[in-house]
Amino acid sequence: MIEGIDLSQVNWARAQFALTAMYHWIFVPLTLGLSFLCAFFETFYVKTGKEEWKKLTRFWMALFAVNFAIGVATGLILEFEFGTNWSNYSWMVGDIFGAPLAIEGILAFFLEATFFAVMFFGWDRVSRGFHLFSTWMVAIGSNLSALWILVANGWMQHPVGMAFNPDTARFEMKNFFDVILSPVAISKFCHSTSSGFLLASLFVISISSWFLLKNRHQEMAKRSIIVASVFGLVSSGFVGLTGDEAAYTCARVQPMKLAAFEGLYNGEDSAGLVAMGLLNSTKEAGDGQQPFIVEMKIPGMLSLLANRQPGSFVPGIEDILYGNEEHGIMGIDKKISKGRIAIEQLALYKKAKDNGNKLGAQTAMDGFRENEQYLGFGYLKEAKEAVPPVPLTFYSFHLMVALGSLFPLIFLLFLVLTARNLIESQRWLLGIGLVSFLLGEIAGQAGWVVAEVGRQPWTIQNMLPVTVARTNLTVGAVQTTFLMFLVLFTVLLIAEVRIMLSQISKGPEEV
Amino acid sequence: MFATLEYSQFQSLWWLICSIVGSLFLFLTFVQGGQTLLYSVARNEVEKSLIINSIGRKWELTYTTLVLFGGALFASFPLFYATSFGGAYWVWMLILFCFIIQAVSYEYRKKTGNFLGARTYEFFLFINGSVSLLLIGTAVATFYSGSNFSLNEYNQVTWQNPLRGVEAAFSPFNLSLGCFLVFMARVLGAMYLTNNIDYPELNARTAKAALTNFIISLPFLLYFLVSLLVMDGFAVDPVTGTVFMEANKYLHNLLALPRVMFMLLSGLSLVIFAVFMTSFRQSKKGIWFGGLGTILVGLTVFLLPALNNTAFYPSKYDLQSSLTIHNASSSLYTLTAMTYVALLIPVVLAYVAYVWHAMDSKKLTVAEITGEEAEELY
Repeated sequence: MIEGIDLSQVNWARAQFALTAMYHWIFVPLTLGLSFLCAFFETFYVKTGKEEWKKLTRFWMALFAVNFAIGVATGLILEFEFGTNWSNYSWMVGDIFGAPLAIEGILAFFLEATFFAVMFFGWDRVSRGFHLFSTWMVAIGSNLSALWILVANGWMQHPVGMAFNPDTARFEMKNFFDVILSPVAISKFCHSTSSGFLLASLFVISISSWFLLKNRHQEMAKRSIIVASVFGLVSSGFVGLTGDEAAYTCARVQPMKLAAFEGLYNGEDSAGLVAMGLLNSTKEAGDGQQPFIVEMKIPGMLSLLANRQPGSFVPGIEDILYGNEEHGIMGIDKKISKGRIAIEQLALYKKAKDNGNKLGAQTAMDGFRENEQYLGFGYLKEAKEAVPPVPLTFYSFHLMVALGSLFPLIFLLFLVLTARNLIESQRWLLGIGLVSFLLGEIAGQAGWVVAEVGRQPWTIQNMLPVTVARTNLTVGAVQTTFLMFLVLFTVLLIAEVRIMLSQISKGPEEV
Repeated sequence: MFATLEYSQFQSLWWLICSIVGSLFLFLTFVQGGQTLLYSVARNEVEKSLIINSIGRKWELTYTTLVLFGGALFASFPLFYATSFGGAYWVWMLILFCFIIQAVSYEYRKKTGNFLGARTYEFFLFINGSVSLLLIGTAVATFYSGSNFSLNEYNQVTWQNPLRGVEAAFSPFNLSLGCFLVFMARVLGAMYLTNNIDYPELNARTAKAALTNFIISLPFLLYFLVSLLVMDGFAVDPVTGTVFMEANKYLHNLLALPRVMFMLLSGLSLVIFAVFMTSFRQSKKGIWFGGLGTILVGLTVFLLPALNNTAFYPSKYDLQSSLTIHNASSSLYTLTAMTYVALLIPVVLAYVAYVWHAMDSKKLTVAEITGEEAEELY
């Protein structure tokens, strides 16, 4: 199996980014949601003045802090990895991509960093109201930072508000608001943050279930469950709606990703949505084999999801790869040849400009502009490179959706049974609640695999493939830093889990 | 609002903004200084806890300022970001490594089940406080001494030394700035702890540490400054953009930029005054004068190699690959848009200052760190 993997430098760099991002996404969604849950708990304390709410708040806050630290550590690496491992990318799109990162620092990180200290050490140093305000600021700051980084990611998935400048040979921003209000950015932000709220709710339910199974801290656990299951239920609805929106935009701007996560090789009218399926592992585009060994489809559902029109056509991988005249889709081969012309004309333009040949420069420029939108394709060696890994994308998507459909049910059962004070006798449900957090983590990771693996080979959709975006480094250098981070992050993860378990088993202080 | 500004003015403005953020970071390295003082100033566990809890309330500000420094450079000078981070790969990776281990150490050090033990996390803090600043200092010194890279026609970087940035740490000039930063951070750390902790025995020791570390830092500072004034610098022809070596370039820059010269001299005077007040007058206000002084000196360090037609990220290997604030910057549109966002920086500074005051008006005492809620502290 190892022989099948291309261990080139660019893939090691991708692996390193994936490693950092996946570790980061273990902790960050929990920070996003738990910060709001802590703010809710503290608001109840301030409103009621009851000490038990304060103890409860402090218990969850302590777990929040342990998790927060490692999220900060992995986040730092992500920001700088753009420069260290993807320096060509950083130069080519830094004019657009750098801005959200800088704004994230100014608008969000300082809110978190400043008010975090008040949240943890300010109980006796500032007024009750100011403390509550600080807790809310940490929650808002954390989620604002998610906004900016997801704007940046959304732009990579759907580059808007920019133009290629042939004189500097880079992409430059033309409209700031197009970048930050891009529909992909907005749906990405909403989907990711609400999935964070959902995960944090599962976290609270999971630990509270453990207390109930152990017959400890029952009152605190039930209070926590009520708040978390309401928050989780609302978030689940939001995750579903924004997920639907994300699929709709994906069909518009990344049809290949949509085809990959549905395992749709041949496009069709009234396309069905795969509810369950086992892919044929030897299937490749254009080989005529059946894509599935077994499948169960909901008829017409994919057309509805992708186009919001029953019966409409959804292109498959082969339509996009080889072109489909009937539906006006240009094949990748043709895009590659146009892209190569753009690259050639760009080089001619630079040469003519350096030689002071104005007419030659103008002609080359015209030739470039005509083919500019296919520039990225010119860097692909062959058309099949434009197809992302189908099995990984397909299974991740279906795992995410299956788990995402289960969570609202869990929240509803917990809410109803706790409200009726019957939860403690439902040991089976508490067992499910206990493992639900792990399932939430898996769903979140799977979601990012769909988003990022599904857009391969592009760093920036249709503009810049990963092979061009990389830094000129040796494989050994990237392997070494990959291993450094793997060992360090794993050690820190073990430390985090052990500290959390020890804090949980100690439990909150009894009032 | 900014329509009257020209592109080159935006480029200078953004270099100034980045320099301010970088200088604020240098001031906030009192956190790193405090971390390395842990071994030399604290005599027992209680004193250690006092120090860690005192700087532990500020470490995130330093960290965030560093992240913002990186982000602001990325947004405003993307070619520098790409060239330096992608080129000087190892030095940046080592610096990042030092900051990962810092981020968890405060939170995990005292917690049950922390896997590595409190001593390891304290050692992590020491590494962060010393190695990271040493490397950052050597990296900043290359703004004057140059690096080994070339850029192709598409501005893609090739680093010409296999050590990829770490080679900078073998130059006495670069190293002297690195060592100065490490000891200056300890001076600031000592002054901050003197201000922030109410514990006379420890206060006496931190006040003394401010003086000792300042004296140790002086030879490094002098070596750096003297070298700077006599060395050849990377000058840029403003008409053609050609980079060439000019004798005493940085001395010329100082003379041509009287405001920068004033910042350097007043900054150094403020630091000396702060150390004197702390060590000989038992004043607790040293950190404020020392902090302001550090910011002014920091501004000099960042402005001097960039203004007055100078290449701020020069290449020794290929002079014409050198970066200036004009050839490395973002587009006019992006710089303008970012300038509107930067109007919020004073608001951020205001709430940071307000919270700092609200949290620190009551000094940290032994009673607080041994009280009934001490378990939740660092």
